[in-house]
Amino acid sequence: MTTESGRSDNLAALLRDRAETLTARWVELSAAPLKGRLSVAELDRELTELYSVLLAAVETGNRDAHGSAFADVRALLSDISRRRARAGFTPTETAIGVFALKQAFFELVDRAEGAGLGDVVVLSQLLDALGLWTFESYARAREEVIDEQAEQLLELTTPVVKLWDGVLAVPLVGTLDSARTQVVMEKLLESLVSTGAAHAIIDITGVLAVDTQVAQHLLKTVMAARLMGAECTISGIRPHIAQTIVGLGIEFGDIPTKASLADALRHALKRSGVDFVRADGRR
Amino acid sequence: MTDPSAREDIPITADEDVVRVRQVVRAYAQRAKLGLVDQTKLVTATSELARNTLIYGGGGTATVRLVTEGRRQGVSARFHDEGPGIPDTELALTDGWTSGGGMGLGLSGARRLVDEFELDTEAGRGTTVTVVKWSR
Repeated sequence: MTTESGRSDNLAALLRDRAETLTARWVELSAAPLKGRLSVAELDRELTELYSVLLAAVETGNRDAHGSAFADVRALLSDISRRRARAGFTPTETAIGVFALKQAFFELVDRAEGAGLGDVVVLSQLLDALGLWTFESYARAREEVIDEQAEQLLELTTPVVKLWDGVLAVPLVGTLDSARTQVVMEKLLESLVSTGAAHAIIDITGVLAVDTQVAQHLLKTVMAARLMGAECTISGIRPHIAQTIVGLGIEFGDIPTKASLADALRHALKRSGVDFVRADGRR
Repeated sequence: MTDPSAREDIPITADEDVVRVRQVVRAYAQRAKLGLVDQTKLVTATSELARNTLIYGGGGTATVRLVTEGRRQGVSARFHDEGPGIPDTELALTDGWTSGGGMGLGLSGARRLVDEFELDTEAGRGTTVTVVKWSR
């Protein structure tokens, strides 16, 4: 046990004495793979701070990267990883920041400046654990970004637009699953109430494939709109989609369907008594 | 066919996997030079079958591959699950019949959308459905 703590003290002393050399080399090594996307001054500030908390943790004599002594180090690393993930750096570019210190330390040892094998092993294990921690923080941050985007997408891709007085349209794009349909249905029904529109057009030009689940979702939405007194038209049925719907055997019953949004608008306007006449008097 | 890229296995365990099956099948259909209508038919049929695998079979695997016969190229998709199986295939292939909450057109509709359809099932033994669509 005495040799163990003696070695550790040596590591702490080494890190303290060589702080300047190590930090300088660390910054230099970390900056190279980032190819100037992070200024050296910024990196220097980050790593100097990290170095000081790391040194403080090592000086406690504790060598467990997951222990309470390293809580500050982990917090700071999480912070840095999170920033890197959000700024679009790769996991390698993020973790290299930790592993570069190892490289700097090895070089120090190579010049035989007072570090023993024991110090190398201890620091190496420590930095490996911290490197993995960086990876985990990075992955967590990315997952958060993905979750946010999925939510934004759900909101973004379902706009309800007003085409005319009393005529609303919902252009659907992409995959129509249960969650999306729920959002579409809610938005459409709310808009029907708030605008008092009597016609709604659901445009599926952007929907890649209409299978029975999509059809069922569409039918339910139309039924709900009808219950509220609005008429629904489904538009944007392209030839290959039409043939597939027939093949599947789906029937849209008495729901009016149109090939294009323009046709659907014309249909809705006709139903509400609006007629188009050319300025020169011809139809 | 020894080209390893001419075959892909996709586990089906969640809703997203159904979307993934659709994307893979679409890519294969394009490689087999299927027309837009045939592509859409095949993608829609596999979408139905993948969802059946997920909902009624409790999850399984989809295997998509390129197939050739003489000068024709096609795409084969096989859906396998270890679920409860289908006790009455005649009934299951009837339009409008469903054991769940769907429209009852998935299995029968999928059969109409493809060129070859093979249903291998038995109550308690799981279900395997294989479909093929050929280029014209």
